[in-house]
Amino acid sequence: MGDTLARVFSRSGYHVFTSQDYESRVRGGHNTYQIRLSDRPVTASRTVVDIVVAFDREGVTLHEKELSEIGIIIYDPAMLGETFERPNFFSIPFVDLAVKGGGNKIMANIVAIGAVLGMLGMGIELLFDVLLNTLRKKDEDTVNKNKMAAVAGYNYAGHNCVQCAFSVVQLAGQKMLLSTNDAIASGAIASGCKFYSAYPMTPSTGIMLYIAGKAKEYGIIVEQAEDEIAAINMALGASFAGIRAMTGTSGGGFALMVEGLSLAAMTETPIVIALAQRPGPATGLPTRTEQGELLFALHAGHGEFPRVIFAPGKPEQGFFLANKAFEISQKYQIPVFILTDQYLADAQWTVEQFDLDGLFHNEYRTSGEAECSGRYMRHALTDNGVSPFCIPALTAGLVVTDSDEHDEEGHIVEDAATRIKMVDKRLFKKLPLIRQEIEPPLFYGNGKPEIIIIGWGSTYGIMKEAVDILSKQRSIGMLHFSEVYPLPATDKFDYLGMLRGAKMTICVEQNATNQFARLIKTETGFECSVLMSRYDGRPYLLEEFLGELHAHIG
Amino acid sequence: MPTLDDYKGQTPAWCPGCGNFSILKVFKEALVELGVEPHQLAIVSGIGQAGKFPHYIRCNTFNGLHGRSLPVATGIKLANHEMLVVAVGGDGDGYGEGGNHLIHAMRRNIGVKVFVHDNQIYGLTKGQASPTSMEGMVTKNQPFGVLSEQFNPMAVAVALDCSFVGRGYSGDPEHLKGLMKSAMSHKGFSLVDILQPCVSFNKVNTYEWYRQRVYRLGPDYNPEDRTAAFAKALEWGERIPIGIIYRNNRRTFEERIPVIQEKPLVKQIVPFGDLKEKMKETLKGNY
Repeated sequence: MGDTLARVFSRSGYHVFTSQDYESRVRGGHNTYQIRLSDRPVTASRTVVDIVVAFDREGVTLHEKELSEIGIIIYDPAMLGETFERPNFFSIPFVDLAVKGGGNKIMANIVAIGAVLGMLGMGIELLFDVLLNTLRKKDEDTVNKNKMAAVAGYNYAGHNCVQCAFSVVQLAGQKMLLSTNDAIASGAIASGCKFYSAYPMTPSTGIMLYIAGKAKEYGIIVEQAEDEIAAINMALGASFAGIRAMTGTSGGGFALMVEGLSLAAMTETPIVIALAQRPGPATGLPTRTEQGELLFALHAGHGEFPRVIFAPGKPEQGFFLANKAFEISQKYQIPVFILTDQYLADAQWTVEQFDLDGLFHNEYRTSGEAECSGRYMRHALTDNGVSPFCIPALTAGLVVTDSDEHDEEGHIVEDAATRIKMVDKRLFKKLPLIRQEIEPPLFYGNGKPEIIIIGWGSTYGIMKEAVDILSKQRSIGMLHFSEVYPLPATDKFDYLGMLRGAKMTICVEQNATNQFARLIKTETGFECSVLMSRYDGRPYLLEEFLGELHAHIG
Repeated sequence: MPTLDDYKGQTPAWCPGCGNFSILKVFKEALVELGVEPHQLAIVSGIGQAGKFPHYIRCNTFNGLHGRSLPVATGIKLANHEMLVVAVGGDGDGYGEGGNHLIHAMRRNIGVKVFVHDNQIYGLTKGQASPTSMEGMVTKNQPFGVLSEQFNPMAVAVALDCSFVGRGYSGDPEHLKGLMKSAMSHKGFSLVDILQPCVSFNKVNTYEWYRQRVYRLGPDYNPEDRTAAFAKALEWGERIPIGIIYRNNRRTFEERIPVIQEKPLVKQIVPFGDLKEKMKETLKGNY
């Protein structure tokens, strides 16, 4: 229901932000789907709500206190078994209206969607369009019954909601609505990903599902592996054989992949790993959010080798960083991470069309006779540490690699001189070049702010809204890191200078130990003056976030 | 046509008398007789004495991690199913560390050929029990003898309807070569368990021990009868059969994946310009 309503708003031209809250169970339990819409960009959830659609008693208990001054709870007394006489309650017989229109009880949802549009005084035609899309596999009769249910709710609310005081602006121009995880999956496909192997694990599963849904159209193999160990090894096999490959998992699954990560490094086989974080340790809170795996991703794997870690904070970053992850992993033959989390998996944003001319589209694999024939050496020593990477079987050249230390041809060696050359090649020659590829953090704010909020990954949206509000009275800005490791150099933008010049630096993270603040300190010596952390598995809501910031900045 | 010279690799670092030498020799002969060129072949191996196998031959090689050869081989085969993909390892690699992958590779019926050098002992780590060590075998690490029952790869494979199940013996190289050729010509997943004395560490299953027990399955044996195959797979002790234990014609994994019916993935790389246009259309679905 939430998706349908959000889609109606985004097609109407509103800026929309959605978020969800649910338990780790297949059916039942109390679930919440929040939609925020505005004529200005919205990038976070709020604690205040204008319309609550309550389908169970908990919907009332939990959300009545969140109502705004003009806020209203709509409910069906028949569903809740209770009637509320308080002024901010508006009863609508969802089920009755659904059944009277010839539909069934499940269409009570559609009645409610119609009712919300009626309360807001919006048109209903766009809802019909969206329903046609979502019900495209159903017969005409079902579609018509759904439409009738929507109209019933729409008319009922329009005629009977005496307390409704909402006024909405008319907007034009529809927007895209998508989650960051879907954007990551799209970005992977747009980068030529041909193979995705994974074991389902919340909150990474959506990436696999999205790619599987496009597999036929784009010619991609998506294989559900027997475990995460197999998943990463399969992806490495496919990558070795010449195609772009990716895997995805969450913390527990990644723990199983760690050995394979090290294998990718030793064999210099490119791989992109989407690591969708959720609270740990162990099974933790399976359907909640956390940014707890930054240092795990950074330090995972036995041995010493280069890696890159990206952490998008919004759909657009998800799309383009997935593309950059493929670019960097192919160019340097290294593992690249995309860190995402439950929040980014669930939250949907409205965005403008992506500019696809910004995609990296370079081919680094070769099957040229000149490079690959004769005595081709997979791990040839070169000035930049990157060896030509031939595709096996397409030429007479043989591609040989080994998890043991190896010589240029890829055969096992134990001698010290070769060992040193190979470590230098894999690590020290590539690293400075990789570092140059990393873009500086995004600065948002004016001039040289006295207060700077620092964050990475999924806190982008909440930080931005806070800066929008607080900058009216305070000198405040934000630095958001989406390319988190290696830390960006300061030659393009001296963010360290900016941080050192600020009176207060507040590092915000969804983990208990402020992992990114520790990373900055380790790499640069800079220490944030205030550390804000949240580790209850819930994302920051705007009012809470502002409250906590005020406690620090006064 | 390829010659034995084309397959000449590095000099093996195995113990003198190791069964691996004859396995390597007949494997090369089998490839030459099948007309496989070195660049058409990929060998994936894990860790162990058998894991070094691909270095001693010339071919595309991925010498990966202990127990993980099958998922890597699966990935290679899915990317380019026109290649001959062979996974080589020992009994620890294939039946211990990699047991789960073996089960699921059989289920998929991916066209990978697995040759397990089964010496019933851990050689590289110098003499601990393996999954196929016989019950009661005493080692430094199993001073009271092996307590677990011996793993029976043939019976497990027949139970899982593995599409090619064979057993060879390194002491009967001519027979082994024929078996390898049959396995590599079979289109589905092939498991070949190769009995092999370990002259350094296995003092139970010696050349003499095998000589008294191993016999070739005759022409009257029908490997397509699954019930008979299961009985044959259970035969161990006084008499040990070698040959094709079981075979079926299940459709392979590659044959059932729609996107690779015309050509392998590696030959379907879409030009980036086309990809960009296609993605523009896909993104419209988000409105």
